[in-house]
Amino acid sequence: MTATLHRLPDLVPPPTELPPRTAALRADVRAFLAEEQMAGRWTPRADVWLSGWDERFSRELGRRGWLGMTIPKEYGGHGASALDRYVVTEELLAAGAPVAAHWIADRQIGPTLLRFGTEEQRQRFLPGIARGEVYFGIGMSEPDAGSDLAAVRTRADRVDGGWELTGTKVWTSGAHHAHAFFALARSAPRDERHRHAGLSQFIVLLDAPGVQIRPIPLLTGAHHFNEVVFDRVFVPDDMVLGEIGAGWKQVTSELAFERSGPERFLSTFPLLVALVGELAGSAGAEREIGGLVARLWTLRRMSLAVAGSLESGEAPELAAAVVKELGTRYENEVIDVARLLVTTPPDPGAEAGFARLLADAVLHAPGFTLRGGTNEVLRGIVARGLGLR
Amino acid sequence: MTTSVNQELQELAESVFGDAASSDTGFDAALWRTLEETGLARLTLPAGAGGSEGTLEDAAVVLAAAGAHAARVPLVETDLLAGWLLHAAGVPLPDGPLTAVAGELEVDGTTVRGELRRVPWARAVAGVAVLTGAHVVLLDPGAAEITEGTNLAEEPRDTVRVDGPAAAVVAAPDGVAAELRLRGALGRALLLAGAARGALAAGVRYAGERVQFGRPIGRFQAVQQQLALAAGEVAAASAAASAAARAAADAGFAAPSTRLAVAAAKSRTGEAAGAVARIAHQVHGAIGFTREHDLRLWTTRLWAWREEDGSDAEWNAELGSTVLAAGPSGLWPLITGS
Ligand SMILES: Cc1cc2nc3c(=O)[nH]c(=O)nc-3n(C[C@H](O)[C@H](O)[C@H](O)COP(=O)(O)OP(=O)(O)OC[C@H]3O[C@@H](n4cnc5c(N)ncnc54)[C@H](O)[C@@H]3O)c2cc1C
Repeated sequence: MTATLHRLPDLVPPPTELPPRTAALRADVRAFLAEEQMAGRWTPRADVWLSGWDERFSRELGRRGWLGMTIPKEYGGHGASALDRYVVTEELLAAGAPVAAHWIADRQIGPTLLRFGTEEQRQRFLPGIARGEVYFGIGMSEPDAGSDLAAVRTRADRVDGGWELTGTKVWTSGAHHAHAFFALARSAPRDERHRHAGLSQFIVLLDAPGVQIRPIPLLTGAHHFNEVVFDRVFVPDDMVLGEIGAGWKQVTSELAFERSGPERFLSTFPLLVALVGELAGSAGAEREIGGLVARLWTLRRMSLAVAGSLESGEAPELAAAVVKELGTRYENEVIDVARLLVTTPPDPGAEAGFARLLADAVLHAPGFTLRGGTNEVLRGIVARGLGLR
Repeated sequence: MTTSVNQELQELAESVFGDAASSDTGFDAALWRTLEETGLARLTLPAGAGGSEGTLEDAAVVLAAAGAHAARVPLVETDLLAGWLLHAAGVPLPDGPLTAVAGELEVDGTTVRGELRRVPWARAVAGVAVLTGAHVVLLDPGAAEITEGTNLAEEPRDTVRVDGPAAAVVAAPDGVAAELRLRGALGRALLLAGAARGALAAGVRYAGERVQFGRPIGRFQAVQQQLALAAGEVAAASAAASAAARAAADAGFAAPSTRLAVAAAKSRTGEAAGAVARIAHQVHGAIGFTREHDLRLWTTRLWAWREEDGSDAEWNAELGSTVLAAGPSGLWPLITGS
């Protein structure tokens, strides 16, 4: 009896090596981060891309040319490759540096404006993004539209010279500090047979008349995300993003950038570093630490492979979903192993160190496998890729 | 994407291994002949040793296909291990399949004596390369006493007893012990990644065929989610194994970054092996638990291979020691290789 092999899709792109020129860049970023830490400007924290809002730090990165790196020079960027940007972002995250302020703008708003924005929109926003002075949010989720994003109800009504938005966005990270966000809204009535039609994206300035921003405190009490209510908010025609009616396609292409970066497995890396510090000189934990490092090393190779594939113009949606699904579970595994190996209790009041990192990691962990598409939804994408749905 | 050279090699490998998977046991002589004819049997060896001068990345493509098709041939042993070791030591290579092992033999001039355990494919090969202490020894299996044994997948893992003249005894070149171990782990990791892919393919196929409650079980979200988890493990195993092959091809086996890459790859593929086998069996229900069904060709290999050439536990311990020695500030540079 012989068995022929069922054909499977490519689950991961071929390995990507970072170009040798990035070594010098990495060394520069490391030296800068060491200098900042020596000067006591910030303390390494877990989940910094969610909670480390520090505009001084973002402007300093902008000054050094480490934001908007892939934005062309004519828009104030640096015309560098996505792999150069990869090196900078992974160094920042590994160090636990406060990157939240510019994170969304640098990661997905810049590339999306380059892809779908008008010339005027690019000139208006991109230079500020690259300087680390202009911050954005993401206005996708709503009370009744979470995983089922196509269920958004925020309405965009055609008015003279533009559109009028009415509705409610929730879980909007950083809306209380940000200058603007991309709001996904219904510009044509819902049609059950074509659920993805009639959606559009709008650039909404968060200080526009009719926009109300209210905090939704996290379980720690921290103010991170918000409810953003629109009461007939006027958006002029020149602030429509891309095409009216093409919102679904645009939003899903944005997600490819959102899903495979190093922030999807490094949120608890500073805790792993502290754990290695706690274990220094003791024996018996080698296997657990080795297991975590083997998984981390592998995730980084996978994430780099996706970055290399994105850089060569492909959109490996399946591979990106795989990286995020594995990576965000890994972020939780670091916590599990740390708790097994070290009995120091978590202390949210500690200034720094293992106890504080563990506290932050535990309290932030529920978000890892939710934000940017839940793990169940990601597995659904993988199942579709396998031909099961 | 894949470079065009590797694309061609991938197609060649697929066609060579295409219907290799079979419930037969023992050496697949017909497949071996094809591997020799196509130059895949000694892919990475120099032309002087009858090889095709391929890279380790080429080998990665071929070995992943061999694992995916549950091929019954000592490909890693012949090409990556014995062929390399004998050539490095300056011993002319016998024709045919070979195997290699590190073990303890008493060496007295050209006479050797002792017992080697769990030697892969010993009963089927033309030569056994042994790294023992400061020597590389070539044994003719015809002049040794072979007691048959197997691993969990019923692949030959034999005991070889010798007491007499060896076919060759030479001084071992520097550093071969460490490299032999890494080569074994890399080869095994690539086979594991392939076998994991084979088990997943079987699961996906079965989920599309088996009907319960009036529809293919693959329509149930619970089954989809399990197979998606298995796909994640397969992706991780493939990424780790091929990145380790790339590291070895680029920097050589002596580089610390290659050592870390191979350790991580063997550990990660070993971890994936358990998860993928578990899910593949769960999806198949009782039929997959039978001798008659093919699923076992992949799952028994996953269980066998994860323990061979250093289990995930062994490689994790080694990796962990390296990390703890480097300390908190050394961890990230280890991961990035700079
Ligand atoms: C820290 C954090 C920051 C965020 N920031 C933003 C932001 O800035 N902007 C923004 O727009 N959104 C943001 N979000 C929202 C995020 O995108 C949503 O939480 C996410 O898409 C899930 O939606 P939900 O919370 O409504 O959960 P639901 O969709 O209600 O899901 C609840 C549970 O049901 C499961 N489920 C739902 N549908 C299915 C299905 N079809 N199959 C299987 N299981 C299913 C989910 O996996 C989950 O386990 C943020 C979320 C978090 C946690």
